[in-house]
Amino acid sequence: MTDIPAKAAAPSASGGSALLTLMKLRTFIALIVVLVFFSIAAPNFLSAANLILMAKHVALNAFLAMGMTFVIVTGGIDLSVGSIVGLCGMVAGYLVLNGVDLQFGYTVYFNVVEIALITLLVGILIGAVNGLLITRLNVAPFIATLGTLYVARGLALLSSDGRTFPNLVGKPELGTTGFGYLGAGKLLGLPVSIWILVVVALGAAYLARNTPLGRHIFAVGGNERAARISGVRVNMVKMFVYMFSGFCAAIVGLIISSELMASHPATGESFELNAIAAAVLGGTSMSGGRGTIGGTIVGAFVIGILSDGLVMMGVSSFWQMVIKGLVIIVAVVIDQAQRRLQSRVTLMQMAKVS
Amino acid sequence: MSASPGHDVILKLEDISKVYAGTVAVKHANFEVRKGAVNVLVGENGAGKSTLMKIIAGVEQPTAGRVLLDGNEVSFSSSGDAVSRGIGMVFQELNLFGNLSVAENVFATRELTNVFRKIDHKGQESRAAEFLEQLEAGIRPDMLVEDLRIGQQQLVEIAKAVSLDARILIMDEPTSALSAAEVEILFRVIADLKARGVAIVYISHRLEELIRIGDYITVLRDGRITGQEEMRNVDTQWIVRQMIGSDAKDFAKADGHQPGAEVFRAEDICLPRVTGGLAVDHVSLSLRAGEILGIYGLMGAGRSELFDCIMGRHGQASGRIFIDGKQVKERDTTRRIQRGLALIPEDRQREGLVSILSVASNLTLASLSRFVSLFHIRGGAERQAVTQMVRELSIKVADPAQEVSSLSGGNQQKVVIGKALLTGPKVLLMDEPSRGIDVGAKADVFRTMRKLSRDGLGILFATSDLDEVMALSDRIAVMSNGKLTGMFERAEATEAAIVAASALGHGPAHGEQRR
Repeated sequence: MTDIPAKAAAPSASGGSALLTLMKLRTFIALIVVLVFFSIAAPNFLSAANLILMAKHVALNAFLAMGMTFVIVTGGIDLSVGSIVGLCGMVAGYLVLNGVDLQFGYTVYFNVVEIALITLLVGILIGAVNGLLITRLNVAPFIATLGTLYVARGLALLSSDGRTFPNLVGKPELGTTGFGYLGAGKLLGLPVSIWILVVVALGAAYLARNTPLGRHIFAVGGNERAARISGVRVNMVKMFVYMFSGFCAAIVGLIISSELMASHPATGESFELNAIAAAVLGGTSMSGGRGTIGGTIVGAFVIGILSDGLVMMGVSSFWQMVIKGLVIIVAVVIDQAQRRLQSRVTLMQMAKVS
Repeated sequence: MSASPGHDVILKLEDISKVYAGTVAVKHANFEVRKGAVNVLVGENGAGKSTLMKIIAGVEQPTAGRVLLDGNEVSFSSSGDAVSRGIGMVFQELNLFGNLSVAENVFATRELTNVFRKIDHKGQESRAAEFLEQLEAGIRPDMLVEDLRIGQQQLVEIAKAVSLDARILIMDEPTSALSAAEVEILFRVIADLKARGVAIVYISHRLEELIRIGDYITVLRDGRITGQEEMRNVDTQWIVRQMIGSDAKDFAKADGHQPGAEVFRAEDICLPRVTGGLAVDHVSLSLRAGEILGIYGLMGAGRSELFDCIMGRHGQASGRIFIDGKQVKERDTTRRIQRGLALIPEDRQREGLVSILSVASNLTLASLSRFVSLFHIRGGAERQAVTQMVRELSIKVADPAQEVSSLSGGNQQKVVIGKALLTGPKVLLMDEPSRGIDVGAKADVFRTMRKLSRDGLGILFATSDLDEVMALSDRIAVMSNGKLTGMFERAEATEAAIVAASALGHGPAHGEQRR
């Protein structure tokens, strides 16, 4: 789960050890364990309706976690995603309700598709601000995105004075109806948000595997200096990952507002932590260079199923937090153990050869 | 060998081996250190000298074997451990804190404190001043280390080691950045330490130095000890024979092809140093197609910095470069690579490779655009290029999908070279291309350089190995203190002239940066 695409295809030279293989598959094993456990422990867990509901929950975190994965692979972090979710929700809500006042008596209303595009653009722009701070002004990613976390949240609250934009049905005469489709619509029996997740995930996985940009993301995270000397445009790569993360957050903001048919400025608080957790659980290394989209999606499912399952079993939400934390810690401990084992196996082989 | 009286063995290494990811650095080495004597250790680059010394100093732990101190087996888990047993070390790569003062560096981790654990800065500075006085370096103890010349920094490192009051003092190339006058002072200090019964382990490349101050000599080759003698019984020929062995260095013969037209020219390259002065000082040179131009210089002479300037890695560098007579106006590395420049950096791990990526990904990292249609990497084309490069450079790898860190040093170096070649360069810059790789791989690298020059590539390579620069270059440039101090046609180059040129600007009269 932790290697780059090129290696995943071929058997590892130092592999062969069953333990090592087991450790590499740990996220999948965890997923199977939680699935089996809850289908026994929680009634109705395996019903189609429940599975779809859970998938919708998971999708929200999975979007953010995908953006986060690319950021972490380059060796950075994006703390601002939760706030971007909130702000983008507010932007969408504002546009549906109020349109844009042009100051001389005219107000422009956009249709839903335009609103969605504008909202996505806002997310990308905030990502670009993060990227500029990090690449041009040399602010540490943690600090830069911590700053935009506050700024974006503040702007979201300012946009409505802290109130909720309610009832985003829109008016037919203004062409602003249909905003609910993203959150409630279905295509071939599956929610639209799931379809969007599938499309974005496939796109991101393709990007990671088969494009120069994807390769460069891994190279920058693995060794930034070497990447620079090899002609990789490191700053452009970093700009991209933060913009992509902002884009993913904007999608989540749209979907949540659409599901609720309302925009609340506090939406998305602490979402960034869940996203980081999913990425790490999926084998993304916080020190950069390692991670896969597939792993992150599985990680998001483990975390999502865990919390939904515990809710269904009636476990207190306080215990849920404890359990979630433990799962993350165990995952990282196993990850480290696997690295050590791997390098020891390699060293032993080298010593034998010489 | 028979030892002189009074030179008891104080430390003994038995059957020591050390394996790193990528290389076996030391193989079954036995080594004795004698009291009140200078124990010299020689060997080529990458022979394992530094590793062996790091094991004695507790910086590295041996993979196998025993260390005996005063006849008792010991194992040092850290350098602090070794220091507490009276073992001090002057490191080749300077281990100083640039952001701290000279005195704070000398007393790092064993600060002089009063009863309330408050650091006694005055006391430290006056004690440090005593040690610096001995070295006649003109360094004030309250200066920041990062403001010192590299040679002065080396003296601070030496003062730090001397101040340990060690029974065993290891010096790993202590003179590499020192001027001739500073070397004399150091030798006086060493004689003084010797008289006090300190065992000194001395590593250097400079044979004349070794013969002058050494009492015992041990020669390492490819991680094995090939000779151990008393210095008075040996001569230069013996040392060289032990170092090079029967398999004399294979530099690959020149094939006598004639270089073509000028392919590259650099004019007036300057790079300011953070601490003032110029790291690269108005360097101009030109290179013809199919020519190998060797740049010789000591540590800190500005060779690597020159390459960095040429590659566009420093925004503040000035000067002009031309490829095929056309000026290269692009200032960033990416577009300079597209114009036909490629660099093989000195530090493979830090700058050459992305160690967690596969061999294949590393090879094609700089040239991905060759395999892309629209935005899709054509896997087939990429694999084909990788396979071809692996075969051409005879990179020993079972499967190119293997992580590059699992390869030996020599094969890793070949991957770095392959990466540069895949960009289709016209000019290849190689910074210490043979550093830290075994003899066989070295020969491969040299052969590759010959072949590339025959194919019309212009090669600039920097080295601090005199043999290497003499044997491989069509022309030899010498750098010292950021300046180009000599340019020799191969026919007229002599070792003496090159060494003399490399010492220019290092003399005591040129201490322009001393404050």
